[in-house]
Formats: sequence, structure tokens, C-alpha cells
Amino acid sequence: MSGQGAAQRVLVIVPAWNEQASVGTTIKEIRSTNPTVTVLVVDDGSGDATAAVAEQAGASVLRLPFNLGVGGAMRAGYRYADRHGYDVAVQIDADGQHDPRFLPLLLDGLASADVVIGARFAHEGDTYEARGPRRWAMTLLARVLSRIAGTRLTDVTSGFRAANRRAIHVFAAHYPAEYLGDTVESLVIAVRTGCRVEQVPVDMRVRAAGQASQSPVRAAIYLFRAVVALGLALVRRWPAHFDDGAESYLASEEPAVLR
Amino acid sequence: MNGPQLVSLISALAIMAMLFELLRRHRLREKYAVIWGLLSLAAIVGALFPALLTGAAGALGLQVPSNLLFFLSIVVLLGLTLQLSYELGRTEEQVRTLAEEVALLRLEVEGVKNATRNTIN
Repeated sequence: MSGQGAAQRVLVIVPAWNEQASVGTTIKEIRSTNPTVTVLVVDDGSGDATAAVAEQAGASVLRLPFNLGVGGAMRAGYRYADRHGYDVAVQIDADGQHDPRFLPLLLDGLASADVVIGARFAHEGDTYEARGPRRWAMTLLARVLSRIAGTRLTDVTSGFRAANRRAIHVFAAHYPAEYLGDTVESLVIAVRTGCRVEQVPVDMRVRAAGQASQSPVRAAIYLFRAVVALGLALVRRWPAHFDDGAESYLASEEPAVLR
Repeated sequence: MNGPQLVSLISALAIMAMLFELLRRHRLREKYAVIWGLLSLAAIVGALFPALLTGAAGALGLQVPSNLLFFLSIVVLLGLTLQLSYELGRTEEQVRTLAEEVALLRLEVEGVKNATRNTIN
């Protein structure tokens, strides 16, 4: 595939919280299928040996002193990518559900977009099934975000995504830390700041450790939180102007390569 | 619509508007926004249908409906203060961890600096 032919520097960000069982395998698989990429594990305040295992497997490790959630971990990763002048940052989850063999496909997608999502439900014969409120939530999110982005998106809660330099710079300053915000709101931010979002179809694997809960109560809570997250994302003004450091970050930190 | 009802409706709407503006400017996070949203919604409903309050007070055996209102307000405010205390405690703990982390890193940086100076000389 053509994406990797050009000498673009690609950083794979792996947010990991207590994933010592699967993070090693995930890193090795990324490195064997995509030998040219750099792997950065963001250890999100794990209490286990995640950081040590990741280092052993050949990744650079960013150790957060306490748990910030996936959004916090990802913003740290995007800041690293921004500061070190990477051309592309790709998120791959540590639990092994994202297949790194699809990574070149995501990179190819960046030819026509700033953010590319590796999406389930995007082609026939998909095996992933969700039912009830969880499914309604996913459908609602997909419909609304497709409309905002002006393109068909089927799996907006997918964490498997690639961002080019422009999107990295936006995400380094504004990447939400709230539940579901890291996937849903980040897309709204991308679109509102003028980034183009597209998706490519991928297959996801069953998580190495545990399946998402299907209990009706949890699914209903998920639906509620999805609506709240979406509502917040739509109400908020982007790009943000607030005094928590993100704005001064944008003003002071040009990407390293531009200096 | 009578005077008191109008006043309570206007203040409830004002709170809703303020909430919306705070959200728009990123001053409120999800965990606080949800509870304030529900509260301001309840305030609007209460202002529009005062019979709800009278009915509920009657059902509970309270003779003055406003006593129910005061009781509920105090409970809600207590709950909110408790939440803030909890969050503040968590934040203090995180600041402490960060300060320790910075001190440890500073020591490490000094060590690296000294080591490089020694190798140069």
C-alpha cells in the first residue's frame, strides 16, 4: 500500500490502563506488521506491570502519575506527537481489538482526510452485534455525526483512528477527557476546527480481555451518557477559549518542525 | 400566571441560560453539568405547575407546601457540597502526586546534568 512508501513519520499511540496481559502482544504485533512506525504507550496510572511490559516489548512509555482516562492519555500522546513533529498519529487500543494489519489502510485514507476512523459496520458480513439501547446509542451517534461531518460514518465510538499533522495539532490542545468524549466529542472538535473526517472499513477482533457489557441497565446508562456527551459536544464552542492552559499551549507551542 | 409563579419561572430560566452559556464556554464539565441541568429543569417544571408541590406536600402530610420546597433545597445543596468536597479532596491528592513527581524529576535532571558536566570536563 502506498501510504507507507513516502517517508512520513508515524507514531502509534497505545493508551493502556492495567493491560499487562495484552499490551506486550499488541506492541509486538504492531511492530512486526508495521516495522517503520514508532510505538508510544501511554501508561494511564496503571497499578500493574503495564509500563515495564511495554518497555520490554520495545515501546517508548509515557507514564502518567495518576489515571486520567482514555481522553487524558490520548491528549498526552498527541502532545508528544506534536512536539516531536510526527506526520501521523494513530491510536490503537492495548486490548488487541484493533488489528494493526489495517494500519496502512488508515494511512492511505489520510490522502483525502485529516482524521480517518477504522470503522466496524462499514461493510457486509460484519460479525459484531450490538442490541437494544446500546445499538440505539450507536445509531444515534453515527447519524448525528455523519450529518455534521458531511460524510457517512458508521462507527464513531471506534478508537482505531489516524490523524495527520493538522489534526494532531488540534487534538494536542483540545482532546476531551470525559467518558465517550474522547471518541464522540473529538470528532465534533475535528469537524468544527475545519478538519475533514472519513472512515475506512476494518474488522475488529474480540477483546483479549472481556467483552463490553450487554446488561440492559448498563446499556441504558450508556445510551444516556451518549446523549449527554453528544449534547455537550454540540453545545460547546469550538475552537475553545478557556484558561486551563490549552489555549496558551496552542499559542506557545509551534510544532517542533516549524521552529 | 401570578406574581410568585412569574418570579420563580424567570429565575429558573435565568439559571438554565447561565448553565447553557457556561457549557458553551467550556467552564462546566459533564459530571457537574448533568446535575445542574436536571435541577434547572425541575425548577422550571415546579414554576410552571405549582400544584405539583402542593400535591406532594399534601401526600407527605406537610401543611405548608413551601416547607417541602425548603427541605428539598437543603438536601440538594448538602448533596452538592458533599460532591464538591469529594472532588476537592481528589484534586488535592492529585496535586500532591504531581508535586512529588516534579521533585523526583528535578532530582533526576540534576543528576543527568552533573553526569554530562563530569564527562565533558
